[in-house]
Amino acid sequence: MLNFFKGTPPTAIFGMLVILTTAVLGIFAPWIAPFGETQIVGAEYLPWGDSGYILGTDNLGRDMLSRMIFGARNTVGLAILTTAIAFSIGAFLGIFAALKGGWIDQVISRTIDVLMAVPPLILALILLAILGSSIPNMVGVIAVIYVAPVFRLSRAAAMDVVQLDFIQAAKLRGEGAFWLIRREILPNITSTLLAEFGLRFCFVFLFIAALSFLGLGIQPPTADWGSMVKENATLISFGDITPLIPAAAIGLVTVAINFVVDWMLHRASGLKE
Amino acid sequence: MSRLQKLILGRIGLGIVTLAVVSMLIFVGVDLLPGDLAQQILGQSATPETLAAYRLELGLDQPAYLRYFDWLGGVFHGDFGHSLANGRDVAELIGPRLAKTMFLAGYAAVIAVPVALTLGVLVALFRGTLFDRIANVLALSAVSLPEFFVGYLLILLLAVKVAAFPSLARLDDAATWGEALYRTFLPALTLILVVLAHMMRMTRAAIINVLASPYIEMARLKGMPPIKIILRHALPNALAPIINVVALNLAYLVVGVVVVEVVFAYPGLGQLLVDAVVKRDFPVVQAVGLFFAATYIVLNLIADVLSILANPRLRSGR
Repeated sequence: MLNFFKGTPPTAIFGMLVILTTAVLGIFAPWIAPFGETQIVGAEYLPWGDSGYILGTDNLGRDMLSRMIFGARNTVGLAILTTAIAFSIGAFLGIFAALKGGWIDQVISRTIDVLMAVPPLILALILLAILGSSIPNMVGVIAVIYVAPVFRLSRAAAMDVVQLDFIQAAKLRGEGAFWLIRREILPNITSTLLAEFGLRFCFVFLFIAALSFLGLGIQPPTADWGSMVKENATLISFGDITPLIPAAAIGLVTVAINFVVDWMLHRASGLKE
Repeated sequence: MSRLQKLILGRIGLGIVTLAVVSMLIFVGVDLLPGDLAQQILGQSATPETLAAYRLELGLDQPAYLRYFDWLGGVFHGDFGHSLANGRDVAELIGPRLAKTMFLAGYAAVIAVPVALTLGVLVALFRGTLFDRIANVLALSAVSLPEFFVGYLLILLLAVKVAAFPSLARLDDAATWGEALYRTFLPALTLILVVLAHMMRMTRAAIINVLASPYIEMARLKGMPPIKIILRHALPNALAPIINVVALNLAYLVVGVVVVEVVFAYPGLGQLLVDAVVKRDFPVVQAVGLFFAATYIVLNLIADVLSILANPRLRSGR
C-alpha cells in the first residue's frame, strides 16, 4: 500500500481522497446528514456556526450542510448515470461502425458530425425547449450530446484493433458482430475508454450543474449543487459566501477527477516529456 | 485550380452543408413536438375550433418542407417571426442584445488571446521547472471550475469585499466607451479566466510537440538561445494547432456567455435564450439557437481554413 503511494504525485492523492469522500457522502447521505433533504429546520438565511447549523440555512430555512450531503448523491449520481448511458451507446456505435465499415460507418459518422457541429449547451437548450425540462429529459439530452465524442474516440481506437489478425481469424471462423465486440475488441480498448470516461464525466458533471444553475436541470426541492447556487445567489451581494459552497464543491470534484485522470494518462504514456 | 484552393473550397462547402443541416434540425425539432405547436401554446383545455383556427394562423396547415423554406427565406430577410410570449418582432428583440453579447465576447477575446499565447510560450520555455508545474496545476484547476463559481467569487472579492467594480453589468445608462468597459469588467474577467487556461495549456503542448523535431535539435546544437529557437522555429510550426485552439475558444466565448450573462444579469443573447427556453418561446429559441450555431460553425470553418493556410507544405502548387 505504501509502495503504491510512493511515486504518486500529491495532486493525484488529493484527487483520490476527494473522490472517495464524495462517494462515501453520496452513498450514505441519509445516515450522515443531520437533517432531511427538504426539511425546514429554522429561519431563512441563518449565518454559519453560531446558529447551531454548521453551514447555516438556505433561502427556505433548510440546513445547508444536509443539502450539500444530499447534493453529492443527486448531482454526482445523475452525472454518473448520464455518462454511463452516453458511454454504452457511443462505445457500441463506435466499435460497430469500425467493425462494419462501408455505408453503415458513413451514415453513423456523418450523423455524429452534425451533432458535433452545434455547440453542446445551445443544442441542449434547444432540445430542452422542445421536450420541456425534467430530470429524465435532461439526462437523455446530455447523454445524446456526449454520445458524439465517445463515438469518435471508440471508433478510432477500434479501427486500430479491427485490422489485426486475430479479428480476421475470428471473422473467418464465422463469429457474429456482438461476439467480436464483446470478446475481441472491447478488452483491447478498455484502458483508452476508461481515461475517456473520467474526462467525459467531468464535462457531463459541469454540464448538469450549468443547466441546473440556469433553472433547466434538476428542479427544486431536490437538493442539487447547481440549483443550490441559483437559489442562494442573491446572498452574494451581502458578502455571504453560502452560494459559493455548492459551486466550490462542484469545482473541487471536477479538479479532483482531472488530477487523477491527468496522472493516469501521464503514467500510461510513459512520461513523454 | 491548385490543391490549396481545392482544399479550402471543399472545407467551405462542408461548412455550408453543415449549416443547412443544422438549420433544418432546429426547425424540424420544434415540428416534432408531441401534439403540435398550437396544442402546446393553447394547452389541453382548448376547444377543437380554437385549435383549428390557431393552426391556420400559425400556418400549420402547410406541409413541413414549405414552412421550412418559408422560415429560412424569412431568416435571410432578417424576419424571424414573432415571439410567442409577448408578440414582439424577434429580430427587434435580438438586435440590441446581439451587439451586447458580441461586445462582451470581443472584450474578453482581445485580452485573453495575447495573454494566453504569451504565457503558453513562457511555460514551454521553462518546462519542467517549478514555474511550469505551478502554472500547470493552476491551469488544470481553472479548466475544471464552473463559470458561475468564478463569476460569484469575483463578485464577492471585487464588488462586495472591495467595492472596486459593479456586480451587475448594466449597460443602458453607460455614457462613454470607457464607462462600458468598466461596468462589464467583471463578466469579461470571468470569461477570460475560463478560456485562458485551456488556450495556454494547448499552446504549451503544441510547442513542446514541435520541440522534439530534429531541426530544433540542430538549432540547439549550433548554439541558438532557447527563446530564439521557440520564436523562430517552434512557434511558426506549431501555429496550425494553436490557431485551432484559439478559434475553438473564441467559439466557446460566444457560447459560454450564456451562464456568465445570467450570473451578472447582463442583457445579452444568452439570457434571452435561457428565458425563451423556460417560457418555451419557440421562434426566439430557433432564432437565437441558429445564431449561436452559425457563429460556432463559421469560427470553426475559419480556423480550419487558417490552419490549412499556415501549413507551408500545402502552399507549393502541385
